[in-house]
Amino acid sequence: MKPRYDVIIVGAGPAGTTCARYAAARGASVLVLEKDRDVGMPVRCGEAVSNRSLESIVPIDPRWIAATIKRFRLISPSGHIVEPDLGGYGYVLERRIFDYDLARLAVEAGAEVHTKCYVDDLLRATPASHAEGKAIPATDPAPGTTADNAQDGAWKGVSYQWKGERRTVEGRIIVAADGVESRVGKWAGIDTTTHMRDMETCAQMTISNVDLEDDACEFYFGNDTAPMGYLWVFPKGHGMANVGVGISGMASKKTAAIRYLRRFIDQRFPDAAVLTTVAGGVPCATTVGTLVQRNVVLVGDAAHQVNPLSGGGITSGMIGGKLAGEAIAMAIEKNDLSLLNNYPKQWRKEIGAKHDTYYRMKAAVYKFPDATLDDIAINVLKLREDKRTIWGVFRTALRHQPALVWEMVKTFGLK
Amino acid sequence: MLLIEIKPNSCDFCGCCVGVCPEDAIELQEAHISIIEERCTNCAKCVWVCPFEVLLFNKPEKRRSGASVSPEETR
Repeated sequence: MKPRYDVIIVGAGPAGTTCARYAAARGASVLVLEKDRDVGMPVRCGEAVSNRSLESIVPIDPRWIAATIKRFRLISPSGHIVEPDLGGYGYVLERRIFDYDLARLAVEAGAEVHTKCYVDDLLRATPASHAEGKAIPATDPAPGTTADNAQDGAWKGVSYQWKGERRTVEGRIIVAADGVESRVGKWAGIDTTTHMRDMETCAQMTISNVDLEDDACEFYFGNDTAPMGYLWVFPKGHGMANVGVGISGMASKKTAAIRYLRRFIDQRFPDAAVLTTVAGGVPCATTVGTLVQRNVVLVGDAAHQVNPLSGGGITSGMIGGKLAGEAIAMAIEKNDLSLLNNYPKQWRKEIGAKHDTYYRMKAAVYKFPDATLDDIAINVLKLREDKRTIWGVFRTALRHQPALVWEMVKTFGLK
Repeated sequence: MLLIEIKPNSCDFCGCCVGVCPEDAIELQEAHISIIEERCTNCAKCVWVCPFEVLLFNKPEKRRSGASVSPEETR
């Protein structure tokens, strides 16, 4: 490890390593620090992505694909099954292999990746405030108060723990790719706290010995199954499945996610062998308002770059990483930190505005009682089969739910 | 006074609690979690979002004597 890099990226998930790949490919010196001993482990994820969004960001390697999904089944609280045509297909990934390969691609582009490095603070460029140690800055230091500040922004690097030893490394730009549990942004003075109602708290199991169609993903809805969220069953081939549940933090107050998952698996897959059980959290909110604060940049779950309706964050986090990586490379090349601001603009244009819409839809759908969800399912099933597209489902929901119409009016400005 | 307790040897280190903590009062490493007592306001958001019910809120009258987090779980 060198004492100083152009870019330090905290976290080696898909967003962090994609950011590393794009920044390094354009000539920046990049260091990625991962707190765990292994990249991509444990897998805290449903692992499903759409083919189009993944293809748009990385050439697909067949080794990443556990199953190719042609059918999406939405199951209403009373068991009505709607299978809308989504006009595309999806993959269930093997994230252990996928994340590893993304890290390898970053390294091949010139980045350095180090595991077991737990970043515990930002280093302040101003020696006086640096003495405060881990305190979150109450107020921003005045910009340009020292030559160092003017040159490189308010933070000059990070401190991290490696095998119980505290070390430091310097970087001109620091990227927070530290996931749902992100703290780096907070240390830079950005409010990244996820509201309880937007935190989808998840329990997930990988099970084997199950009989499933290998091309169908199932989503279960309902207050008894997954309040303010959904339960998923995604096939992984070879009689295996990724089964999990995500519920809003508000619902988790009463009953934790793991209890919903255990009950479902006991009923639906009584003979399954559970190979892994993990917990997880997904920040199903709109994007964090400040993506760039001086020389600190947020990407991925740390920036809440998650589709708030589906909870999917693999490809959107990678797109965030890519856009950030490109802006960072440009800022380094031109020696102008203000070029970092291209990243939030570009993010908003490509994805952020869409996520705002999905967030409003989520807020409306969350309010639906079970009877409404059943009603929508029943009415969709009355449609001709070729009309059961995602828009067919949506139009049916709109017709039956004035609340959703109002949300759409607000969202699209339709009058 | 800290009223939040972390059940020993039960945490999966997923980070849900850290994500909702408004005070940046939770330290989470690969396989180590602890609450920074000086920052914690006992708001209990971490308790509510925990997918595995690993965080517990001890109401003051029911609180056990001494430290509410077992020695193994603190630094």
